[in-house]
Amino acid sequence: MREVAIIGIGETKFGELWERSLRDLGIEAGFKAMGDAGISGNEIDAIFLGNMSAGQLIDQEHIAPLIADYSGMAEKNIPAIRIEAASASGGLALSQGYMAVASGVHDIVVVGGAEKMTDVGDDAANEIMAKTADQEWEAVFGATLGSLYAMMARRHMNEFGTTKEQLASVAVKNHLNGSMNPHAQFRSPIKLEAVLRAPMVASPLGTFDFAPLSDGAAAVILAPLDIAHKYSDTPIKILSCGQAGDYMALHDRKSITRMDATVVAGKKAFKYAGIQPKDVNLAEVHDCTTISEIMAIEDLGFFKKGQGGKVTEDGSTALNSKISINTSGGLKAKGYPVGASGVSQAIEAVTQLRGEAGQRQVSKAEIALLHNIGGTGSSAIVHLLGRC
Amino acid sequence: MMDKVGIVSYGGYVPHYRIEAGAIGAVWGIDGTARGKSLGIIRKSVPSPDEDVITISVEAARKAMRCCNTDPEDIGAVYVGSESHPYAVKPSATIVAEAIGAAPRMTAADLEFACKAGTAGIQICMGLVASDMIKYGMAIGADTSQGAPGDALEYSASAGGAAFLIGKKNLMAEINTTLSFTTDTPDFWRREGQLYPRHGGRFTGTPAYFKHINSCAQMLFEKMGTKPEDYAHAIFHQPNGKFPLRVGKAMGFSDGQLEHGLLTPVIGNTYSGAVPLALTNVLDHSEPGDRIFVISYGSGAGSDGFDITVTNRIKKLRKKGWKPLSEMVNDYQLLDYATYAKFRGKIRMGGIA
Repeated sequence: MREVAIIGIGETKFGELWERSLRDLGIEAGFKAMGDAGISGNEIDAIFLGNMSAGQLIDQEHIAPLIADYSGMAEKNIPAIRIEAASASGGLALSQGYMAVASGVHDIVVVGGAEKMTDVGDDAANEIMAKTADQEWEAVFGATLGSLYAMMARRHMNEFGTTKEQLASVAVKNHLNGSMNPHAQFRSPIKLEAVLRAPMVASPLGTFDFAPLSDGAAAVILAPLDIAHKYSDTPIKILSCGQAGDYMALHDRKSITRMDATVVAGKKAFKYAGIQPKDVNLAEVHDCTTISEIMAIEDLGFFKKGQGGKVTEDGSTALNSKISINTSGGLKAKGYPVGASGVSQAIEAVTQLRGEAGQRQVSKAEIALLHNIGGTGSSAIVHLLGRC
Repeated sequence: MMDKVGIVSYGGYVPHYRIEAGAIGAVWGIDGTARGKSLGIIRKSVPSPDEDVITISVEAARKAMRCCNTDPEDIGAVYVGSESHPYAVKPSATIVAEAIGAAPRMTAADLEFACKAGTAGIQICMGLVASDMIKYGMAIGADTSQGAPGDALEYSASAGGAAFLIGKKNLMAEINTTLSFTTDTPDFWRREGQLYPRHGGRFTGTPAYFKHINSCAQMLFEKMGTKPEDYAHAIFHQPNGKFPLRVGKAMGFSDGQLEHGLLTPVIGNTYSGAVPLALTNVLDHSEPGDRIFVISYGSGAGSDGFDITVTNRIKKLRKKGWKPLSEMVNDYQLLDYATYAKFRGKIRMGGIA
């Protein structure tokens, strides 16, 4: 296995980008990443593209060759592969690109993630998102992702005494971080009271406990580490990758206050990299809801099970505290173009590890963790990144 | 120089019944009062079972005719703008024309452009009058708008309308200019045969309402060389109580300039009737010399802009059978949701659609 580095990054602004198409967004992110790496299209061997549901969201399937075509690479006849793992699509595209380079099959690979979610109405988007849970056992009975996460939150409150204020403190922190990120969808800090006062979606989760529906795209360029310095002064090494799965439906799981896919994926990633959770300076975790961030920081081993709410409330996960969680603003404030989110997490990590995060820079950032989950946690993928 | 075209007389009509946001929300298990507050709507008007766009238009047109000396046979055109014409095929405008005694030596047609069909009618009448094809034209905007049960629109979709007699003589308000900004922007639509419209959620905001209103307003300011402080009143389309205040204040208009042109908080969104009714209320509160800035908006999408100056004749009009719109706005009877549902045909009798 060869060591692999990220040599270029690029992304669009996230938000309700009604005037932009998916191909338009994908091209912008890809070109920015190529520009950042200083490479031409002739050097690219393959494209891996994370996307959840273009067929339903924009009536277009087969989007990997589409993006390759509109990026001017059709003539090169390079392989373009779409990866789907619900909201973990971006993270999984990164892992597939990583393995392709590590194995020696490809040298230079573009890993992209893109989603265009606002071309359908809010109700339709919710129905499409619900299909990432178990359709026959959950969605068909009316369960939305929101209601399933609400059950996890309710149980977490029951077992560990987690409070609505603690849930809300996740949103407050991430909006504060997002206010310092020029690519974030939401750039205004919010108050705890505003989160608590927001209209209820599925008790105990209100509007501000959820990441938004967003449009956006992100891309990174991977290369073997031994040639990475040819392209970048600050290549960022992919230390490891761990993926795991779990039961699709919540009722089959041993616990709904823990995501075993995250636990196992995290352990694998730490084992392969030979490091501990305490070595991580910053983590981009999958905060599609406030309860998901609380569960993630417990399941990844940063904090004891049941303490996630408390440590968020006391500021232990704020920028430059014990561990900086979701410095980009997370899915909550940076935005949540589903298939792009996993790749976008890598962009934040690279930006931080390069020391280019400006106002939201984590001091002495050496190691970053990326955590991306699909659906209600039946897929989880964890990457560890480090400075070379 | 061509004679100025403008408003000879006007009249507005709002049905007697109302339902409050809280009563709507209670049925759907949410805090309707809070929802109403977030939309800037306290209550909305509800047409009674025997009211429709035609009866509302007739009421408004007759009110306009009562306030002037115009011979109805001098009216050469009647246009009714609405998105809830009672007939899919058969004009509303012919019934209105007969009711006010304008038929038969005249033309008539129904218009549809979502919420701006009323102001489109004013523009058409202005053109016909300016070119001397007709002496007077009656432009009406009226709706009994539809909101699907449980949809966000149910808090706002209401009923009402206003009529404007457009001519060159005896003007109580001169229309200094009009212009439009139009694109194909599908933010809100109802297909043939569908009972309720569909909308693009948040897409109806920035790329639709705000883009068209702001663009049209900018064009109007540029053409007239004016600034917000040159106007006594400003009127913007009002799908809810918040959008017109946000768009108006961002342009630099004050609360005082926007006050009389904002009726949605207490009668809801009367769609094609919204800007026309707001204009009647503003005219009710105007003095000679007052200048009025008007921008309508219709989904689909477009905005019509008007720059209007009130003349001395407004005083004469008020002596002749004039009753302010506020009498209708403030005199109402509240309904519970069940009665509202019955009035609006949301209860299907005998299972027949």
